[in-house]
Amino acid sequence: MNTTSHELSNRQGAGDDTPALIPLVDVIEDASGITLTADMPGAARDTLAVDVNGDTLTIDATINLGETATMQAVHAEVRAPRYRRSFTLSRELDLSRIDASLKDGVLNLRLPKLEEARPRRIEVRAD
Amino acid sequence: MITSSLTFPGDLFADFDELQRQFERVLAQRASPNSSIRSVARGTFPPVNIGVTPEAVEIYAFAPGIDPASLDVSVDKGVLTITGERKSGVAEGQSGEKVSVYARERWQGAFRRVVSLPEDADPSRVDARYRNGVLNIRIEKREASRPRRIEISDGR
Repeated sequence: MNTTSHELSNRQGAGDDTPALIPLVDVIEDASGITLTADMPGAARDTLAVDVNGDTLTIDATINLGETATMQAVHAEVRAPRYRRSFTLSRELDLSRIDASLKDGVLNLRLPKLEEARPRRIEVRAD
Repeated sequence: MITSSLTFPGDLFADFDELQRQFERVLAQRASPNSSIRSVARGTFPPVNIGVTPEAVEIYAFAPGIDPASLDVSVDKGVLTITGERKSGVAEGQSGEKVSVYARERWQGAFRRVVSLPEDADPSRVDARYRNGVLNIRIEKREASRPRRIEISDGR
């Protein structure tokens, strides 16, 4: 599936108009890559999608609480059934080696840097 | 944009502040389907949804990444209290080397949420389960207060 990056500037995805919450994230960079941790309580592995399109990473999950049909809401601070957030990735990241895991509603993404992009010390020869 | 006549005319920063606040008000009210809604006020962790069914009161606390054994859920005099702590797990990089933190939006630290329960909730029948980062507390209603159909006798 080939999509150019300018088509993705409209970040809604394939005609999906459900209102979505922005999941809060922690983003930390170290010498070998970037670790992204996102809070997505209520998301399970079967409803979670992590997509990379060009240089855009999108995380998307629907919330499933297992409520019964007869339930009436009395107070709702979480008012949308979905999480969605996009990030622009820098070119030094190795997009083929992204690692994602979901536990207890926390999504952990590890984005390693390409070998040639890692910081390296250059040795100075004394002639 | 109406500016108050009480501000000093030369106070540029106050003008920008007011402009910013007006924008935020307008944008917060716009709830078009294409905008993302951050429906949780910052500083309230965990966000809580409360629903009722004919048999019970269901409370959902959205608290991901917490060890359920460290959560403390108690009911006292019709008030439900949820206490816990989320330790900051991402402190160091992969090998303890220098790290740059670009974003730290997630809640770290201790939290406490208090929910006042309706009269008909029975505190002796509370069930709590933690699934996918959501703490679901179910409090059954007292037998006597459940909706009941009353038989109409013939009265003859």
